[in-house]
Amino acid sequence: MRQRHVISVLVEDHPRVLTRITSMFARRGFNIDSLAVGRTHIPGVSRISFVVEGDDRTIEQVEKQLNRLIEVLKVVDHEGPRLERELALVKVRVEGIEERIELKEIAEAFRAHIVDVARHALTFEVTGHPAKIDRFLEELSNYGVLETMRTGAVAMDRGERVIKLRARREAV
Amino acid sequence: MTGAEVLLEALVREGVEVIFGHPGGAIMPVYDALYHRRELRHILTRHEQGAGHAATAYARASGRVGVALATSGPGALNLTTALADAMMDATPLVAITGQVPTTAVGTDAFQEADVTGVTMPITKHNYLVSDVNDLPRIVKEAFHIARTGRPGPVLIDLPKDVQNDTFTGSFPETIDLPGYRPTYKGHPRQIERALAALRAAERPILMVGGGAQHAAQPIRRFVERTGIPVIATLQGLGVVAADDPRFLGMPGMHGTVAANRAIHEADLILGIGLRFDDRVTGDVARFAPNLKTLIHVNIEPADIGKVIEAQIPVVGDAAWVAERLAEGAEPLALDAWWRRIRAWQEENPLPFPEDGELRSQAVIKAFGEATGGEAVVVTGVGQHQMFAAQFYPVKRPRSFLTSGGLGTMGFGLPAAIGAQVARPGETVLLFDGDGSFQMTLQELATVAKYRLPIKIVLLNNGFLGMVRQWQDLFYEDRYSEVFLADSNPDFVKLAEAYGIPAFRVERREELEDAVQRALAEEGPVLAEFRVKAEEGVFPMIPAGGSTEDMITEPPEEARS
Ligand SMILES: Cc1ncc(C[n+]2csc(CCOP(=O)(O)OP(=O)(O)O)c2C)c(N)n1
Repeated sequence: MRQRHVISVLVEDHPRVLTRITSMFARRGFNIDSLAVGRTHIPGVSRISFVVEGDDRTIEQVEKQLNRLIEVLKVVDHEGPRLERELALVKVRVEGIEERIELKEIAEAFRAHIVDVARHALTFEVTGHPAKIDRFLEELSNYGVLETMRTGAVAMDRGERVIKLRARREAV
Repeated sequence: MTGAEVLLEALVREGVEVIFGHPGGAIMPVYDALYHRRELRHILTRHEQGAGHAATAYARASGRVGVALATSGPGALNLTTALADAMMDATPLVAITGQVPTTAVGTDAFQEADVTGVTMPITKHNYLVSDVNDLPRIVKEAFHIARTGRPGPVLIDLPKDVQNDTFTGSFPETIDLPGYRPTYKGHPRQIERALAALRAAERPILMVGGGAQHAAQPIRRFVERTGIPVIATLQGLGVVAADDPRFLGMPGMHGTVAANRAIHEADLILGIGLRFDDRVTGDVARFAPNLKTLIHVNIEPADIGKVIEAQIPVVGDAAWVAERLAEGAEPLALDAWWRRIRAWQEENPLPFPEDGELRSQAVIKAFGEATGGEAVVVTGVGQHQMFAAQFYPVKRPRSFLTSGGLGTMGFGLPAAIGAQVARPGETVLLFDGDGSFQMTLQELATVAKYRLPIKIVLLNNGFLGMVRQWQDLFYEDRYSEVFLADSNPDFVKLAEAYGIPAFRVERREELEDAVQRALAEEGPVLAEFRVKAEEGVFPMIPAGGSTEDMITEPPEEARS
């Protein structure tokens, strides 16, 4: 059964590590719905999160092929309760006071902030589950959306579960 | 010490004795340092692809890591086919390429190519060295990565300025690769489950692949103990001796009827060191339809469950796991199963007519008999390759070297060079096709230069035979661009031009004498056999087919 998975990958923060991963995805025909990267609190370690869709077999291959890469330290499929957040910036054209008020109301409903105001444009910042951002954008589509930028989802397990790294020097 | 000297010191510390390579501008400091390090033998090939395949065959024939050296840009790019080949067939290789100076990287400098970018998908890992003090660590890691886990090629791209930089670091004793920890020891519980499943099976078979070449001893003991039928993939030939009564031959597209029928009927497959490639399985949905239990032993978790679901996955080293299986196994009661297999074998000997015509199959068989199956066999790619797999009775592991996963025409001659360098005292037989041979025949110069006593058996059918066979079977005899005979060189004169003795054989009656003549030659020799062109490799399961689609004999008109 095809399902949406959010996968976190801890990687060594080396040049081209992201290229290695995305090129592997492309080569093996895995589709990435979204991707986000950033440093972690551990020096030299970055964290990437992917949203991918696939059946169990595909997802198993995604994880195994990721693990094959030398610079990949840990791969976790967030299967349990998780936090999932995406950030978006959206610039919308506004004409007149009425539209301004309507847009403000929509923003409030989605807890979006107006982060920039111009004579004929408003820019919103919204964070949340990607599905929420989809709905926000849908609402705005009735107005003149000029520009959007989404970050890709980041995720973390709820509760006390954490992704741990093994740290051990191997003598060869 | 300069970076170039550090590199060579690090190679020596890894136990490297031989390097296959070709110089050029961006790797000259390394070649200059090499001039002073006589303990490192350098084999100069005439093309970097040759160096890559030679290093590959050296690795597979010796069990050590092969090393190839090339310059930047065109030199490195010429290596890429060999890297992809080594990746597919899990060969431990370290390739070192020169690169333009770090200051010039990214400027489209002379002979610059993004080699780490290009080789990313065809290497197990690669490095671009930016600091000379990292070099010993990188070399150590590269060898470790190349030889452990599922072996593979690792490339080190070394900018010219780094080769000249002064080293102020130290050589590390240990490796720290937190993201790379192959599992060697199969899980004891999985091994217990495997042994129990074997005891319960009625129609079990063992399938071995290239990943079992280093595990021949325990596997042979396991086979001895259990009496299980054995099938070897193209890369698994020699793990069990071809004359072992329990050996059924090769599976898949050009496998034996007995091997494919046995897979079709098997209720249990114990697969060691193979990945169920499509040439083995055909249509996956119809592969082994009676299978209840697949025990899949592989050191690479990603190769388990990729094609066929494994009920008992065992992640671990083939030799380690086979050792445990051999210890724990009991004789299996397989009389009924063996009776069926023997019947398939008797009804379906490998077909080829002995009608007085000079055929590739007969040539290979004659060499097999004359060498007692003890030679190191190397092949090109095509019909002759499949005939070699079918008719040369490979007795020993690491002794059948062929390009399987990538199917690289031109692999043969340079690979024979690597094999002969790895095993100097042994007979190396190269079975090559006229098409394949012409893709890398410049390496005749290398054979001559080092007087490598390779026996080149050129099976000249005047065609790109394997393509012609497909045109016969699937394209209504439309022989589009496969005819070579009108423009092939005189291969005998060609070899002689390189100072290599050569002779031509045109008739079946001359075969036995010709074999003796070739084998009696002390140095290299090229024996050209003008073999029958209208010939097919059978049995054949067409691509994407199953055992039920097996063509066991050539169609009528193709036989005339
Ligand atoms: C580099 C490369 N190009 C093309 C092919 C496709 N191909 C596979 S077999 C074959 C014909 C090989 O001819 P030859 O070496 O004469 O061997 P024969 O089949 O005649 O024995 C070709 C063209 C290949 N495997 N490798």
